[in-house]
Amino acid sequence: MLIIFYIFAALSVLGGLGVLFLRNPIHCALSLVGTFFCLGAIYVMLNAEFVAVIQVLVYAGAIMVLFLFVLMLLSSKDSEQYANKWPIGKILAGLLSLGIFIQIAGLFNAGELQLGPKGAYPLEVVEEVGSIALIGRLLFTDYILSFEIIAILLLVAVIGAVVIAKRRLQ
Amino acid sequence: MIPIEHILLLSAVLFTIGVLGVMLRRNVIVIFMSIELMLNAVNLSFVTFARSMDSMTGVIFIFFIIVVAAAEAVVGLSIILSIFRTRKTLNIDEYNLLKW
Amino acid sequence: MSQIWLVPAFPLLGFLLNGFLGKRFGARFVSFVGPLAIALSFAQSLVLFFQMLEAEGNMLREHLYTWIASGNFEAGINFQVDQLSGLYLLVITGVGFLIHVYSVGYMDGESGYYRFFAYLNLFVFFMLILVLGDSFLLMFVGWEGVGLCSYLLIGYYFEKDSAAEAAKKAFLFNRVGDFGVLSAVLLIFLAFGSIEFSTINAEAATRLELGGGLVTAITLLLFLGATGKSAQIPLFVWLPDAMEGPTPVSALIHAATMVTAGLYMVARLSHLFVLAPFTMHVIAVVGATTALMAATIAITQTDIKRVLAYSTVSQLGYMFLAMGVGAFGAGVFHVMTHAFFKALLFLGSGSVILAIHHEQDMRNMGALKSKLPITYITMLLGTLAISGVPFFSGFFSKDEILWKAFSSPLGSPWFWGVGFLTAGLTAFYMFRMIYLTFHGESRVDSHTLEHVHESPISITIPLMILAVLAVTGGFFGVPHLFNFFPNGMESYFHGFFADIPSGHGSVATEWTLMAFSVGFALFAWFVASRLYHSGFDIAAGLRSKWEWAYQLSLNKWYIDELYNAVIIQPGRLISTHLLWQLFDQNVIDRAVNTTGTVARTVGNTIRPFQNGLTQNYALIFTLGTFLILWYVM
Repeated sequence: MLIIFYIFAALSVLGGLGVLFLRNPIHCALSLVGTFFCLGAIYVMLNAEFVAVIQVLVYAGAIMVLFLFVLMLLSSKDSEQYANKWPIGKILAGLLSLGIFIQIAGLFNAGELQLGPKGAYPLEVVEEVGSIALIGRLLFTDYILSFEIIAILLLVAVIGAVVIAKRRLQ
Repeated sequence: MIPIEHILLLSAVLFTIGVLGVMLRRNVIVIFMSIELMLNAVNLSFVTFARSMDSMTGVIFIFFIIVVAAAEAVVGLSIILSIFRTRKTLNIDEYNLLKW
Repeated sequence: MSQIWLVPAFPLLGFLLNGFLGKRFGARFVSFVGPLAIALSFAQSLVLFFQMLEAEGNMLREHLYTWIASGNFEAGINFQVDQLSGLYLLVITGVGFLIHVYSVGYMDGESGYYRFFAYLNLFVFFMLILVLGDSFLLMFVGWEGVGLCSYLLIGYYFEKDSAAEAAKKAFLFNRVGDFGVLSAVLLIFLAFGSIEFSTINAEAATRLELGGGLVTAITLLLFLGATGKSAQIPLFVWLPDAMEGPTPVSALIHAATMVTAGLYMVARLSHLFVLAPFTMHVIAVVGATTALMAATIAITQTDIKRVLAYSTVSQLGYMFLAMGVGAFGAGVFHVMTHAFFKALLFLGSGSVILAIHHEQDMRNMGALKSKLPITYITMLLGTLAISGVPFFSGFFSKDEILWKAFSSPLGSPWFWGVGFLTAGLTAFYMFRMIYLTFHGESRVDSHTLEHVHESPISITIPLMILAVLAVTGGFFGVPHLFNFFPNGMESYFHGFFADIPSGHGSVATEWTLMAFSVGFALFAWFVASRLYHSGFDIAAGLRSKWEWAYQLSLNKWYIDELYNAVIIQPGRLISTHLLWQLFDQNVIDRAVNTTGTVARTVGNTIRPFQNGLTQNYALIFTLGTFLILWYVM
């Protein structure tokens, strides 16, 4: 179990590094899809099947396909590396990212993580009811307002995307 | 059981890679992908915490984050499309409209 | 409910209608609305006046709304009508109405006709606010408002340089006085914690000691304001220049109403003023000096309106003399009679000026008697009134003042002497004006003379009404001496003003003094007729003999030149060398330039960050995140 996790973790980091270093944006995108799949697997290991499913469906399936569409639409000769305008920026960026990483990692590596009180859904309950059923129940009871609002947000985004991307009539 | 610290460490690594991607890559779409990577890193820590604290709230949050990410991707990509029409490039350094 | 607010509301409405719609609806509309507004206001004033006489304590009050309420300080828009403001109301709206009617004829065909009536209405509005207000706050609103209207109306022919200059001069001189009033109001608030007239008058004696420093300072500052508004030494020089305005304006603002605002203030606060004997003395001396000085200037002026202007200054000096010796009632009485005859004289002079096509120089007049009979007769009546010929209105009020100046405990024979001399000079220059204008040989150029005819009915009717008032107005306050007739003035103002111990002096003395002053006035008339009726040989001889005195008088005692040398030139020097070249350029300009330089330097320094490279922004954003994380952990 643990070994599988480490494999997936290593693969996902590899995918992330691919995004960082691959030259061709399409390769970047495919590498990112790999990362998403790995993350989806880790979600399954964490008993979050629903999240894993939408991770694969929405992220790897929908969003990344959208990215690829756009890339293919635009990048006719855009695969070459652009000239860097400010090289010191690269070094600075590296240092800053390192700093942020150390801070975040230091959070849970320095000592034991202080977690709050346990919630009402231990693993047994989740397995008994089923994670999807639980999420569905919560979404349509406690989080119904957020759910409706997020629906409207999605609608607005769709309309906005159409309006923005539409070719202006000359 | 997977140690929670290890998952969180993975999340931190992915997040940092995302940050680096945003700052180092010059292709707008790749920058966008890096942002998605950061979002996923955050999702991962949400799930981890939800599991280790026996709570469903983190999972619900991920649901919303994914929806927002989808919306963001749609709108962001259409903005990139429309900028590309006038600038004819994906190089973010050429997108210097904010200067004026 | 007495509806006092209606009185100023009508002129305000008239102002709004004339000002905003007058241009569109034309002259007929304006000449209907303008006088009508004042007529309605006059009608309401009459009603209020009689209500006030009936009312308990002769006082009507009306609270409109609370303007300022701060801590224990409260200032409302409250109107009050009592004996003093009641009388002023009638004079303002009554004489104001006549002058509005007159203006319809006088200003006929002028460009900006609607503007004139709008301003005139606005002036009446502010003047009414001034006299109706129950506290300094409201009075000051009116005080400034009439100053503004005066400025606008003096500068009515603003395309003429002299008019624009005169308007500025009037405004600036009034400003000096306003400074006095404002400072006094602050002191009053410190002393009383209130700026309501009723409180001040009622508590003056208990809160302030007789002759104390504070009350003297307050009253002197108030008097400074009064000298500005009422054209007394040292601030009188603006009034003669104010004659650049149209004649109805001179009659209404610079003779009958606004210039008496200073007197109104002194009379309103009589209880405060009597606590400062020093101030009273200053007032009397300034009044007497102004009266004499202006009279000596008036005898050589050749511009008909300037003669009247100096005469106004002189008469105002008379009224202040009355105030200064504690004869508040007599002073206000003279305000009233003066409003009648001086408005009449101004309007008459306007009628003459109109008839000979805007010629104001008396040397180019003469023998207009037969051409302008109504103007001549009414002006003659006005002249008789102002000269103090017995049983005309001026006689009663002037004689009352002279007697009080002599007999009051605050008075002295010197004051009487100055008043006596002034009365003679007044008669002299007024008859000089009459003779030069209406008698002798015509010096009008023949072309103009053919077209001279009596003014239209809208001009002559106000003249006739004012003439009747100028003749009979005095019977309102017949002195005790003529005990066949009750002294209405005294009983009217009974208990209103601060009490001054009644004077000494026997009835015989009073008769004698009166006979002297009347005799002197008649003598001055006689001299004027000798000098100016037929031929000017004697006058010319006198002039060459007393050249220096003539020049002194003609040049108004060189007061303007004095101001120029003492105030304006040093002021200009200081402004140029110290304020402008030293302070302004070296300190203020440098400070401003430095501000600019600093901003530019800072901008240049941080401009590279705004280089439009999105990733640099992301970098800085990350830096911020890093710093925040660092701080939190």
